[in-house]
Amino acid sequence: MNVSMTVNGRSVTADVDPPTLLTEFLRDHLGLTGTHVGCDTGQCGSCTIHLDGRAVKACSVLAAQAEGARVVTIEGLADGNGDLHPMQAAFREEHGLQCGFCTPGMVMAAVDLVNTYPNASDTTIRENLEGNICRCTGYENIVRALKSGAAGMGDQGNG
Amino acid sequence: MYAFGYHRPTTIDEAVTLLGQSEDASAIAGGQTLLQSLKQRLAQPGELVDLGAIKELSGIAVDGRTVVIGALTKHNEVALSSEVRKAVPALADLAGAIGDHQVRNVGTIGGSVANSDPAADYPAAVLGLGATVETNQRRIAADDFFIDLFETALEPGELIKAIHFPVPKRAAYVKFAQPASRYALAGVMVAETGDGVRLAVTGAGACAFRVPAMEQALAGDFSADAIKGVQVDADELNDDIHGTPAYRAHLVNVLARRAVEAAR
Ligand SMILES: Cc1cc2nc3c(=O)[nH]c(=O)nc-3n(C[C@H](O)[C@H](O)[C@H](O)COP(=O)(O)OP(=O)(O)OC[C@H]3O[C@@H](n4cnc5c(N)ncnc54)[C@H](O)[C@@H]3O)c2cc1C
Ligand code: FES
Ligand code: FES
Repeated sequence: MNVSMTVNGRSVTADVDPPTLLTEFLRDHLGLTGTHVGCDTGQCGSCTIHLDGRAVKACSVLAAQAEGARVVTIEGLADGNGDLHPMQAAFREEHGLQCGFCTPGMVMAAVDLVNTYPNASDTTIRENLEGNICRCTGYENIVRALKSGAAGMGDQGNG
Repeated sequence: MYAFGYHRPTTIDEAVTLLGQSEDASAIAGGQTLLQSLKQRLAQPGELVDLGAIKELSGIAVDGRTVVIGALTKHNEVALSSEVRKAVPALADLAGAIGDHQVRNVGTIGGSVANSDPAADYPAAVLGLGATVETNQRRIAADDFFIDLFETALEPGELIKAIHFPVPKRAAYVKFAQPASRYALAGVMVAETGDGVRLAVTGAGACAFRVPAMEQALAGDFSADAIKGVQVDADELNDDIHGTPAYRAHLVNVLARRAVEAAR
């Protein structure tokens, strides 16, 4: 069957089998391997992408369900002129990562979190990062990066 | 995953027809539960009928006495709706405590209610607030809807269109989340409604259930003290690695008292 969607601003159409997950479509068909697969059971959040502007776990969505949607992955977050997105820059500045496996999902979740809860408290941030597991950092620097990234996104006037 | 057929209708009628054409067709809404079951082969439908493109199934309407939520409405749409928060804060709180942010962006109220997972949150709201489940065929009162473990009054191929929640005088939902999954180890919705007090429990039994003894005690005196000594029967409750029936029975009483105190 054919599926069509916009991925990182580009229109894509592909012939896929119905059981193809969005993670498989992004990684295997489009070569966008920044979307990581940690658990493949909807628990860890490392596969988080934006589907029509909202953070979702791409391992828990069929490619077919994204028909007509606007998908943004970690590869499409920066502006394309060589500047990192403010949230990516903040994760680097604040050491919000160690091995980096969880990081694409963390950053994508963080951007949606800031868009959904501007000026979020530490508690709101921690509660809403429930779906993203990090085995390295202990989360302290991730929360710090998220707050700093939120300030950067505010300066830029959008996500 | 194993092979299945996939359909994406744009109207309820089309979806019902597609579901009727095959013995082993299944609807998929957010897929947050169903896709994991397919991966584990706990379910193996031959055809998936995706409800995602049916616009008339989505949306929230509040008219003062009733909050009507379309089956395809996502948990975060309910949690973040200022209208729902104003009319029934307990319902917005409940939706906001389901799973995690990403799951709330995709999972739907219709999928949660149709699935009747023993640890799901929404069944407590449907039963505790005395809601009505509107399907493509009929209206089903909450008291007749939840039958057993993963079993509801829905017939094969019957689709939930919307859930109608009467606005209570006051209500609250308090949940004790299983720390890893965030599902309810036990959860209690208490509501003072036009038709008396209702108290529904999820997470503790095979499906959501009411506790008449607590409702009667609260009808005379809506206070935590009124139900201090009212226990649910542990013999009826779930036993698993997360908690014994006796533990769950204790938890239900504690959560019920907290819910009464929090009701607004
Ligand atoms: C990590 C994680 C954590 C979670 N934590 C919680 C939690 O804390 N509390 C909680 O309550 N839930 C939790 N869930 C479940 C989540 O809320 C699901 O979204 C929900 O149970 C099912 O909704 P869905 O739209 O994804 O349904 P689907 O998975 O698409 O469908 C589930 C079932 O319902 C049927 N169905 C769907 N829509 C309809 C309809 N309109 N009419 C008739 N049948 C229909 C389908 O055929 C299927 O059998 C969690 C899920 C995950 C992945
Ligand atoms: S890989 Fe999707 S949540 Fe873990
Ligand atoms: S940085 Fe290693 S898992 Fe998060």
